[in-house]
Amino acid sequence: MILRAQHAVLVQGITGKQATFWTERMRAYGTRVVAGSSPGKGGTTHQGVPVYGSAREAATEHALDFSVLFTPPLATKSAVADALDAGVRTIVVLAEHIPVHDVMWFLADARERGVQVFGPNTAGLVTPGEAFAGIMPGFSPTIFAPGPVGVISRSGSLGTLACLNLTRAGIGQSAFLGIGGDPIVGTSTREALRLLDADPRTTAVVLIGELGGSMEEEAAGDIALMRKPVVAFIAGRTAPPGRRMGHAGAIVAGSRGSGDSKVRALREAGAYVCESPSELGAAIQSALAPAHA
Amino acid sequence: MNAPEHIGKEVLRGAGIDVPAGVLVNGVAEAGEAARNLGGRVVLKAQIPTGKRGKAGGIRFARGEAEAREAAGALLGSDVNGHRVSELLVESAVPIARELYAAVMNDPTTRCARVLFSTSGGVDVEDVTPEAMRHAVIDIRGPFAPEAARALVAATGVAPEHVDAIAAVLVALYDAYRANAAELLEVNPLALTTEGKLYALDCKLVLDDSARKQHEGLFARAEAALGEQGTELERRARALGLLYMELDGDVGILANGAGLTMTTMDVVAHYGGRAANFMEIGGDAYTKATPALEIVLANPNVRSLLVNFCGAFAQTDVMARGVADAIAVLRPTLPMFFTIHGTGEEAAIAIVRDELGIEPYDAMDDAVRAAISAARQARPVVEARA
Repeated sequence: MILRAQHAVLVQGITGKQATFWTERMRAYGTRVVAGSSPGKGGTTHQGVPVYGSAREAATEHALDFSVLFTPPLATKSAVADALDAGVRTIVVLAEHIPVHDVMWFLADARERGVQVFGPNTAGLVTPGEAFAGIMPGFSPTIFAPGPVGVISRSGSLGTLACLNLTRAGIGQSAFLGIGGDPIVGTSTREALRLLDADPRTTAVVLIGELGGSMEEEAAGDIALMRKPVVAFIAGRTAPPGRRMGHAGAIVAGSRGSGDSKVRALREAGAYVCESPSELGAAIQSALAPAHA
Repeated sequence: MNAPEHIGKEVLRGAGIDVPAGVLVNGVAEAGEAARNLGGRVVLKAQIPTGKRGKAGGIRFARGEAEAREAAGALLGSDVNGHRVSELLVESAVPIARELYAAVMNDPTTRCARVLFSTSGGVDVEDVTPEAMRHAVIDIRGPFAPEAARALVAATGVAPEHVDAIAAVLVALYDAYRANAAELLEVNPLALTTEGKLYALDCKLVLDDSARKQHEGLFARAEAALGEQGTELERRARALGLLYMELDGDVGILANGAGLTMTTMDVVAHYGGRAANFMEIGGDAYTKATPALEIVLANPNVRSLLVNFCGAFAQTDVMARGVADAIAVLRPTLPMFFTIHGTGEEAAIAIVRDELGIEPYDAMDDAVRAAISAARQARPVVEARA
């Protein structure tokens, strides 16, 4: 689900330092943060937001659409279970370094309830001009502007740079979907693409991938069938093999997951793959040009 | 982390999977003694974190003490696939009738555990044809049901009298994978002996670094066995909680976030330059710009410095503050190039401009090109950093 201004957002772990900083910015931007949760802090208010002891308690007073988890890695499995019990429809998991078996566990829980998870290890979601959820500079007008391009990124820093380059080229974004840098994430590249393909406000897609795993290769089949143009950049093409490049998922294992294999698969599917993120603006402009003619 | 073979086998033994009798040794005399005590034919295996050890000459067979000493002498201290051999696992050789393949791993596509089994074991797993590999996808929240394991094994055409025993090994392997939060637990080959017994002859165990806290003992044993990893600067960075990799280029890179750092390296390469390092100050580490820059500049091959910040969670002003502090102390004389965008950029640019007297580039590619060309022209002037 693409985040909209009307969606009610819960912040789990709201009283922490980072959650405090980002909740203030989310609210200032227009995100409807209706409640927060923090164990043992129920009944208080934080940043003007009512705080509950759990997501379930928050759900007794509020109808919740999204939950953003600022929880520490080892507390995240139970926090997701709490969010699922609270009936949220989409969960954004920001934490990095969650044990992968925990991730598979809570993703199985979420799948059973039909709930979409973004992350773990994502910087979050931004819908320019409406709302943002997470730790992205959604509030910065030099980086994000409303417009027709959907952006998918495994990386927060690089996704930010991609949006900045688009905005500078005069091209706004319909949605930024941070899918996360972990080896196993709740929303894959392909699922994020389908979300943007179905979104009437999105007319083109920027796909920021990186070495490791096979999500980009698995998305190639969808790209080939999509009517909306896809412009991509893949990070880590010059990374030494066998080394984990910062993100837990960014590692070439054997013959799989290299940046070049992803570039090849995306080009074969008809995507335009840039050599530098600086080319993204111009590439999207020319991809969109026929539609404006 | 890739655990060494004998640590993986310790995990297998704990799960009730048979492993040949063996001893870990680091000397020729010890190897001979081990062979004598084990009796019969033995195999000596270099304990190094790399695959294809057999092809690379890291595995030798011997019979009796003298042969074992000779084999150990040849292996110990030798270089196998770039790794110096300092430990050997001396094991009883078992009479192999058939070599099987068994593994359990995290599967990103299904977000479940995946059990793999093949009767074409003993070869590099990438050489096993897809048709010869059987898969079962298991919900990590539950067990690998014995009947599902038996069905998986029976489908390969294994003789019926062996199905139950092999299925039991697969179930035990899955339990051990789960109990140790492994990314991968692989037995290749799983030997079926001429007496119909099953032995794990090799073991590859990849531990999930994010699960270290729950498995501290196992991580500590694996780390102790692996010894010191990486270059001196890489170890210094690790001790500070920073991920740093020394590369063979001359453009020093400091960027925030894994994705942006990799991209900076790629764009340097795209314009014909060579990165001297990967240094990530992503996540909470964005506050560690000062020690990070100290390490980047401590690499004597660095001829120019490229700083590329794009703030999201990481605040660029905090990072610029850290960089300015490091530069004030180190007073490096090499040319430096900045490009800064995102959260906190006005304050960050002001710090770089006012305190360092450097005008940041607006376009990342311009900063990259300038850093490459400066690295080419620079003479190695490093006295201020000595």
